This record gives sequence, structure tokens and C-alpha cells, in this order.
Amino acid sequence: MSPGFQGRPRSAEPALPPGQYLTEDFPVLSAGPTPKVPLDTWEFVLTAEGGAEFRWSWDELMGLPQETPTVDIHCVTRWSKLHTNWQGVSLDTLLDGVDTAARYALVHSYGGYTTNLPLDDLRGGRAWVAHTYDGGPLPAEHGGPARLLVPHLYFWKSAKWVRGIRLLVDDQPGFWETAGYHDYGDPWREQRYQGD
Amino acid sequence: MTDLSYLDGNMLDGPLRELFAVDLSGATGRCDNCGRTGPMAGLHVYSHAPGLVGRCPACTQVMIRLVRAPDRAWLDLRGTTFLQVPLPLDQPHPRPL
Repeated sequence: MSPGFQGRPRSAEPALPPGQYLTEDFPVLSAGPTPKVPLDTWEFVLTAEGGAEFRWSWDELMGLPQETPTVDIHCVTRWSKLHTNWQGVSLDTLLDGVDTAARYALVHSYGGYTTNLPLDDLRGGRAWVAHTYDGGPLPAEHGGPARLLVPHLYFWKSAKWVRGIRLLVDDQPGFWETAGYHDYGDPWREQRYQGD
Repeated sequence: MTDLSYLDGNMLDGPLRELFAVDLSGATGRCDNCGRTGPMAGLHVYSHAPGLVGRCPACTQVMIRLVRAPDRAWLDLRGTTFLQVPLPLDQPHPRPL
């Protein structure tokens, strides 16, 4: 036993992941123009590795069981925001009934953005298609009408303007993952760049 | 619609000077998607992002991406078919036989 060891400091606030700072506002990050997606043509498509498609219109998405996660989010540009309030549909609900042996997912968005993650990370109550933020419709600059919300990974994985997810047998890197960013992106292990 | 969320391609000069000895501020690039050929300074650069994303002003497709880590950088020019860089007058290549 080390006599000088004090243990982890106790605090009402959870510690931030390494290298992150707390922000109270909600910075807008974007790699391109904000797509305008009318709700009457919006759709979300899950595509299994064999090509089978599962589609939801906006009204169909709203008809599914809704969840209201309160989560901390961590952007790779080093800001973190705590206790953010969302409403959306769990990926567990969307994946229910989808017969797949795929291990990976490639998320794609209106506007062309993509990001990849293991399919397991979309399961277990850890990922949502979110359409409401802080009690109101998700603003377009934050990814509305709907964005992916996967708060246990860096926020570039939570694709704005989500349009669909392809289930893949082999991992396929997305927009930032092909430009130096980490394939997985765990903020608690500070997996920012390739090789971290 | 006026999109004020991007800067013009002139802002790429400083970041790219770290990687290249030539001055790219006068370079011309061809968009691999739509074929538009024009000054790289005319790109629309989205900088409020994990990296710099330069898009074709005509078709908005990505022509250049630059990610800067503390000790490394990644440059992706897949969306640029060619860069034409002005150089001091010299014999053309290939040289006459």
C-alpha cells in the first residue's frame, strides 16, 4: 500500500475523459453544407449484408417506442458537454428482427458523410436515432431532422442527418476514419488518431 | 442561399505550407467529380470540423481533406484529379530529344 495514495477525488460531477474540457454551449461542427431534408421524403434505411432493406418513413419512426436518454457527449476537438437530453428510437428497436451475421456498421448521411463502428456498439441501449434535443425538434445545424447518437464514442461517430446504416461483414472506414482519425474512437482511452 | 459556414481556399495556404515547399496559393485544381478546373483558392473550406474540408464550389464534392494531429498530418486529395502549380520558367518535361 502506498501511504501517499489518496484515491480518486470524489466529486458530484463525473470526471471528463482525458484531454477534454467542459463546455456549456453546443458548438456546431460541420464538414460540409447543411442538407435540407423535408420530413415527407425523409427515410431511414437499414441494409443487411445480404442486401435486404428495412425502411422507416418519418411517421413510422415516430410510431416506434421512444426513449429519452440523458447522456454526456465528447467531441474529438476536445469539448465535452454533460447531461444532454435527447429523444429518439433505440437501435435495439430498429435492429430487432433484422437477421444479420455482420460485425460492422457503416453509417451514412444526407450530404454524403459516413462513419463506421462495430455493430455491437449500436446495441445494448447505447445508440439511438435521435430527433429531439432539449425538448424541441433537433435543429438542422445539429443534425436534424435526425442524427445518430452514440455517446460512448467520440461525437464524430454520432452522424448528423443520418439516412441509413449498412451492416457489413468487413469493417469499412468512414469519412474521418479514412483521413487519420481512429477507427473506434473511445474517448476514455483517448483514441483520437490512428495508432492512439 | 448564402452559406456563411465556410471560408475560401486562401485559408489553406498556411496549413499546406507545412507540407509542401511550393506555394499552392496560385495552384489550379480539377474536381474529380464534376471536372471543374479552377483556382484552389476558390474552394469552400469547412474548418469548424475535426479537419479542414475543401469542397468544389460548383458541385460541393470534397476535393481536399487535411487532418492535423500534434505530431502528424494526413492529406487526402482523392477528389482532386490534378494540381497545376505555377513554377519558374524552365525546360518543359519531357525535354526535347
